[in-house]
Amino acid sequence: MNDWLTTILILLPIAGALLVWLAPLDRFWAGSIATLVSLVEVGFWILSVDRFQFGRSTLQFEQQQTWFRDLGVSYHVGQFAFSLWLVGLTTIVGAATIAYAWWVGRERARAYFGLMLFLTGAVVGVFTAQDLLVFYAFFEAMLIPLYVLIGVWGGPGRLGATLKFVVYTVAGSLLMLAAIVVYGLQQGTFDLTKMGPSSNEWLFLGFAVAFAVKAPLFPFHGWLPDAYREAPPEVAAVLSGVVSKAAAYGFLRIAVTKFPGPTHDTRVPILILATIGLVYGALLAFRAPDVRGVIAYSSLSQMGLITLGIFAVNDLGLSGAVLQMVNHGLISATLFLLAGMIERRAATGELALLGGMARGRPLLATILLTAGVMALAVPLSTAFAGEFLILAGLFQHFWVYAVIGAGAIVLAAMYTLRLISAVLHERVGPAVSDAALDLRVGELAVVVPLVALLVGLSAWPNAVSGHSFGSMPSSRISNAIVETPGGTNELAAAVPKSR
Amino acid sequence: MIHKPHIDWFALGPEDALIVAAFLLLLMAVLVPRRIRKPASALVCATGYLTAFVLSVLLADKSPHGKPIIADAIFRDRWAAVAGVLIAGCGLVAVLISYGERWRERFVSEYYALLASAGAGMIFFVAASNLMTLFLGLEWFSISLYILCAIDYDLVGSLEAGLKYLIVGAVGSATLLFGSALVYGASGQLDFDKIATAGHTHDPLLVVGLAMLIVGLAFKSSAAPFHMWTPDVYQGAPTPVTAFMSSATKVAALMVTYRVLITAFPGEEHLWTWAIAGIAIASLAVGNIAALTQRNVKRLLAYSSVSHAGFMLIPIAAANALGGRALVYYLIPYCALSLGAFAVVAARERELGTPVTLDNLAGFAWERPFYGIAMATFMFGFLGFPLTGGFVGKFYVFAAAYEHGWWWLIVVGVAGTIVSAAYYLAVVRAMFMRESAELQLMPAGGSPPRDMLLGTGVAVCLAVSVGSFFAVQPLIDVAHAAARSLPF
Repeated sequence: MNDWLTTILILLPIAGALLVWLAPLDRFWAGSIATLVSLVEVGFWILSVDRFQFGRSTLQFEQQQTWFRDLGVSYHVGQFAFSLWLVGLTTIVGAATIAYAWWVGRERARAYFGLMLFLTGAVVGVFTAQDLLVFYAFFEAMLIPLYVLIGVWGGPGRLGATLKFVVYTVAGSLLMLAAIVVYGLQQGTFDLTKMGPSSNEWLFLGFAVAFAVKAPLFPFHGWLPDAYREAPPEVAAVLSGVVSKAAAYGFLRIAVTKFPGPTHDTRVPILILATIGLVYGALLAFRAPDVRGVIAYSSLSQMGLITLGIFAVNDLGLSGAVLQMVNHGLISATLFLLAGMIERRAATGELALLGGMARGRPLLATILLTAGVMALAVPLSTAFAGEFLILAGLFQHFWVYAVIGAGAIVLAAMYTLRLISAVLHERVGPAVSDAALDLRVGELAVVVPLVALLVGLSAWPNAVSGHSFGSMPSSRISNAIVETPGGTNELAAAVPKSR
Repeated sequence: MIHKPHIDWFALGPEDALIVAAFLLLLMAVLVPRRIRKPASALVCATGYLTAFVLSVLLADKSPHGKPIIADAIFRDRWAAVAGVLIAGCGLVAVLISYGERWRERFVSEYYALLASAGAGMIFFVAASNLMTLFLGLEWFSISLYILCAIDYDLVGSLEAGLKYLIVGAVGSATLLFGSALVYGASGQLDFDKIATAGHTHDPLLVVGLAMLIVGLAFKSSAAPFHMWTPDVYQGAPTPVTAFMSSATKVAALMVTYRVLITAFPGEEHLWTWAIAGIAIASLAVGNIAALTQRNVKRLLAYSSVSHAGFMLIPIAAANALGGRALVYYLIPYCALSLGAFAVVAARERELGTPVTLDNLAGFAWERPFYGIAMATFMFGFLGFPLTGGFVGKFYVFAAAYEHGWWWLIVVGVAGTIVSAAYYLAVVRAMFMRESAELQLMPAGGSPPRDMLLGTGVAVCLAVSVGSFFAVQPLIDVAHAAARSLPF
């Protein structure tokens, strides 16, 4: 009950951030310390994987400390198996992005690295919080570093991008705060492990809108292209790789499990919106004029797919969604980092100005091609496994979604191959000079581990999908994510098994 | 023969400490040589506030059971004592902020005397237990504030601010006085608790009197539509005075409003909860929307204080014990945020010598990282972001509204906060995301003046705003004890 491991995972980066902010370090040392802290964080995560008992489906590494008693709020953290994978994604992507930023060298290094570390800590907090108010606090805390990181170090259009980003997110998350207040006071506690289900549609919508904005899902994605384009590449990598998963996690942990009735009632519109987002995002990605635009819209498309998996609400769909969250997190982080590397060489991300970069740059070509092949979910890749599980889960629910989803995978192949050929092949673009080097050792050290992880996961996707909801397949969901006091399976009650 | 009541000097301790300080300061204005007048005056004023702070803490500790004292003129209870602690704390920080202001040496002692006297008046005001002492306290601190606003007659707008505040404030006081007379006429009683038991509920005279009392108090808490003096006065007054007014006056006015309504008018609760909710909504709407277009930071913060008055009226409209706790808790980070924000404005103002606008804040955070980070924290705190007490305060306010059954008030609060994100973040944007090169300042040579006391004040505010996020339970215990003195 009092295991410090989760708290260490949250506080270590935040402590590192304070150290970097307060200690008088120069640029090199600020980056080194930040990179070191983020690597130690990965080490702690590996330790937690080692200690995690996958056979049990209960909350582990749990710690609870009263925060304020009269409303029943406590600092309560812990990890389920699926949170463990998302925490791992966060620490790994965090380490890769911080290391990349160190290698590239950012202005105002202390502020920059402190904010990156703080962001990592906040996201880990979101994935591990077991108290609604603590969850909300971390969810909001993510916004502050993102706002400053994009606003200070972003591209020329950064001020407009941050304004849009903040207005969208604040609007969504304050609706969630209202929903949290009402829901928690109705239940008499804010402890997620003790809160029973609710059938109030308005509360469900409050949560759902907040997560839909953060993800983003189809009608709420207005902030996405600007934020992803203007952010520094490593911040965009965190934003699309990790922060968007916080929203999907929110759907999984709160919206679906605590509101089975409203989930059942609003399932059709949500599935339809997610499907539209999946197809629409893929089409926009196909039409996007620049590297980051392609990745940004493919992110929209993939988040639609993950949402489809979650709202299939069955074993296959949920396992697939968790696997796909990890996959997409790694893939989009890799692609955004690669986009940053390409932009450093060509000083532009416009596809029309790029081309022919493969010649003389075998490493860049290999890495980009590998990551791209993963992104388009080629069979035997881990993304294929994730998408297959999601589509199978959807098929069990209603075959039409699965058919449209399968069609969208073809679109994914179209936009990814277009990206690869526009950057690597075709004739040499005007922005690509012969002097532009191949990937350097520092860059390889950042992206190769990410790609290696993807290859490893392709060999054994079951590592994640089979170890996300405890060991017993038939009762995964009921044991792992629906922990009502009576032990009844709310989801099973709400969603008839007959389908 | 007039019967002389027993006087509980301990209960009057905080006021007495400040009055003594004020008298000493007036003497010092003529007796102390000009060379050391400024530090000596500040020291005496700070000592007065510190004594008042300690005495208020002791008073809160020693008054578990609230009761009216001194011929039922004032209450000795934790509600008043906690308000006293907050006001004295605000005064102490205000002294720190004031010290570096480039006053004319001629009136520096008088300035601190008035600051001490204003604090004494507020502490007396929050303890008032009948309509006479209520009015007395109101005038006491208001007159001090009128002069404080106008004291720096070299400052453009200072005299104007004082005059505006005087005229509009006088209307407010007159309304309050008229309302008091009507309530007395209807109930035949002056004491709050006796008005409640006089049994004249639904008397139109009483209702009109109640309405006028609410209006009079709303003038002081600068709630819309009685806020029209706020932007001009906050902008024109010397920045340390604005800092003190925006924090301490809010504490006094809001806590008295809650006490008067709960103690004297429980029978009319169904009426005044709606009235307060209406004023809250109006303040949230007016404050937040008007702040959007401001460029002058003091004016922007003035509108933000209007919107926060609205926000803190929500727990009053909730009229329950949770609302009492929510108000007291929220005031703690709010005072720190407000004092701190104006203190940073003062720092920039002293650096540039011109009024601070969003444009000339450009790059401030990179030049002066401490002030920049502090100001960003205050802005995120106003917005109710985590790692500041504003987050928990917001949560408590919504909880109080929900417990009253008014979920729509939560929606209004949420809508107001969403709008406010635009202007609070505009300040952060100006400080962090613009370059000071855009300003094209004339290089004057040398580094900006070091002001240790101002820095200390900002650090205290920062510590309170962040600390109140972590130490919620002890503060809520205090708020709980305070709210228990009111008959919910």
